[in-house]
Amino acid sequence: MQSWIDSLIRGWGQDPASWPWTQLVYLAFMGLFAFIVINFAAITAGIFSWAERRVAARIQSRVGPNRVGPGGFLQWVADAVKLLTKEDLVPAEADKVLFRAAPYFMMVGFACVFVTLPFSHRLIIADMNVGIFFIIAVTALIVVGIIMSGWSSNSKWSMFGAIRSAAQIISYEIPGGMALMIPVLLAGTLSTQGIIRAQGGWPWQWFVFDNPAAFAAFFIYFISALAEGNRTPFDLPEAESELVSGYNTEYSGMRFSYFFLVEWGNMWVMSALATTMFLGGWQIPGISAAQLDAMSGGRAVAFELLSLAIFVGKTLFWVFVVMWLRWTLPRIRVDQMMNVCWKYLVPVSFAAVLFVAGWMLVVRAAPAVGTVTHWIMFLAAGVLPAGFFINRVFRNIRDTGDRFDFTSNW
Amino acid sequence: MTEPRRAPENPTMEMTSNKEVLRRIEYTGDMLLNMGPQHPSTHGVINFLVQTDGEVMKRAIPEVGYLHRSIEKIGEKCTYNGFMPYTDRVDYIAAMFANQGWAMAVERLLGVEVPKRAEYCRVIACELNRIASHLISVGTMAMDVGAVTPFPYALREREFINDLLEELCGARLTYNYLRIGGVAFDLPEGYADKVITFVDHFEKILVEFNRLITNNEIFVQRLAGLAPIPREMAIDYCLVGPNLRASGVPFDVRKDLPYSIYPELQFEVPVGRGEMGALGDAWDRFSLRVEEMKQSCRILRQCIAQIPRGETMGKVPRKIKFTEGLEAYSRIESARGDMQYYVVAGGGENAYRVKVRTGSFTAMGIIDQLSRGLMIADLVALIASLDVVAPEIDR
Repeated sequence: MQSWIDSLIRGWGQDPASWPWTQLVYLAFMGLFAFIVINFAAITAGIFSWAERRVAARIQSRVGPNRVGPGGFLQWVADAVKLLTKEDLVPAEADKVLFRAAPYFMMVGFACVFVTLPFSHRLIIADMNVGIFFIIAVTALIVVGIIMSGWSSNSKWSMFGAIRSAAQIISYEIPGGMALMIPVLLAGTLSTQGIIRAQGGWPWQWFVFDNPAAFAAFFIYFISALAEGNRTPFDLPEAESELVSGYNTEYSGMRFSYFFLVEWGNMWVMSALATTMFLGGWQIPGISAAQLDAMSGGRAVAFELLSLAIFVGKTLFWVFVVMWLRWTLPRIRVDQMMNVCWKYLVPVSFAAVLFVAGWMLVVRAAPAVGTVTHWIMFLAAGVLPAGFFINRVFRNIRDTGDRFDFTSNW
Repeated sequence: MTEPRRAPENPTMEMTSNKEVLRRIEYTGDMLLNMGPQHPSTHGVINFLVQTDGEVMKRAIPEVGYLHRSIEKIGEKCTYNGFMPYTDRVDYIAAMFANQGWAMAVERLLGVEVPKRAEYCRVIACELNRIASHLISVGTMAMDVGAVTPFPYALREREFINDLLEELCGARLTYNYLRIGGVAFDLPEGYADKVITFVDHFEKILVEFNRLITNNEIFVQRLAGLAPIPREMAIDYCLVGPNLRASGVPFDVRKDLPYSIYPELQFEVPVGRGEMGALGDAWDRFSLRVEEMKQSCRILRQCIAQIPRGETMGKVPRKIKFTEGLEAYSRIESARGDMQYYVVAGGGENAYRVKVRTGSFTAMGIIDQLSRGLMIADLVALIASLDVVAPEIDR
């Protein structure tokens, strides 16, 4: 980021190194970027709230919000305004300081992730050399906020939600973290941009198809991310039919909206992280990262936008999958949630890390094995399931005689 | 297969008042959780006093009576015909059956014969209503387990039934369709085709529904082996209807104590087989209702094919009066099982005593026993699997 600002200033014919107050300029830029990123996160979460309701409505053969703006698109603005102007109620029996502070912990834990989350080839706030480590560390702050909110609400239902959440998020951080270690091993760096650069633009060059263990790791990561984001089938902390509303039962107004902002924003985070770590990030098929580096002028801007579009496209696809899962699957029970984590995901993720460590030695000795495995994995784990899925979808449509209807009721 | 989870019985806690139980819970240091009367998944206004130690419940005591509307007493104050709309409110999810129970009880007092066509109309209306009721049951059960999508799917199909019933009697929920001695309206023009169209459509939807939720792995894992009710226990606790049949007891009033035109119809009584876990577990109760919907479709097809022409009202006097002390009893198979009406005639135009026996009330009795050692999430599934409807509990 610093170098980018430097080059920007040099572009105006100035030399930042000669200025006495360079640090202040950097600070101002930092503030600007923080503002942009917070707004990006908030607006993304808002749009996702609309998208989720539309997707849910489509899945449930309903209409969904379609009154405010085209296709109901401005519904999230209306909701946000409503929530921000509502009374911020603090229960009389609540621990008032903790109750008020809890949403900010979640907000901070969520917003900090965007610091090292890439968007395109050059667009990233800070390409830290400990990027992934930083992301795993700051997301842990969310659970602090959840426990604080549940405890301070002084409600039994909130407490249940908070305790469930603590057990769930802390448990699933282990397999999730181990699964993220595999791309780190393969790329040899913790930097998010470095990991994307180690992959290629074509699907068979992605880490998800690198070897069987990486493929398993992708799903372990995705399941853990669902659990950490409190998404169905792991939405136990806010299980409506059991716990009324879980840890945010007693919240209202702006503080309530923070919880949901974090939940929906987290969908972007988990999907963007999956894209970064396993699915090639912003890599453009057929153009290597080095070629992108060498570009300049309008060509560079065009390809920058293309890489941005690729990254956002992949991310939005996984956001859609997350929504799709939520509106399809039932919720699992607390003991099953723990079983899945400790009996299956944790051992498998550890085994996968060991496998990849050994695998890398094999590939280093015989690079041809790696290339062949890429292709086999791509065909067996990518093309075949996709074909099977499409086949099943068409069979289901034929059996029940349902038709796609994207135009009516929009 | 998950093994059945049940805590050992605690005889010292038996047969105590709720107040005493509360005192004891306080003494043990367990958490007392008031689940309801305004909880999303108590299916109406019921309160459960839940004694928990963390996620694991020690017991859950149902506290009923929040929805008591003295319907039986109203029955003593109304004329026989005038009580018909009130019976809708006994069980507003399956109002047609409550209508039929009352109509049959008074018809037995009168000794009036119901015309054949009226009987067919009743069965068509009742079976449509049974499908609608079971749809709500399975839909809400899926929702209580956390799957939100099957519920709108089920309600979408129920809307078609509501449309059909609206066309039949003008109401979508509280039908007031049956009359003593017949039905209020004959089938409208082209009604048979509409019913058959719906059944054709619905049978395909059931297949889709099974794919979506009944055989969903997470759903099966949640419900298989959950709170199994063995045969003897089901009989001891006087369970009726789908809850009893899920425990493997093939008792169905339509078959065993036949009424109306059911002896003329071919249908099976599905029973629970313990396919996924233990016999009579929550999954059995769920899948049994899906099976019953299929059987109802079968009955509907036969009724539409066999319905004769003729009158829809029997010869009933303008004013219904009996000699004092005459009594009659009717049993019908409601969507929630054996529904019974007992009526003792008063001297004048109204009854001396009306008693309604409903399935949900007895189903509440078993919850205390079954809930021991379950998790809080399981209690929600258990309540849903028994298909209790608050107005039917309290009346």
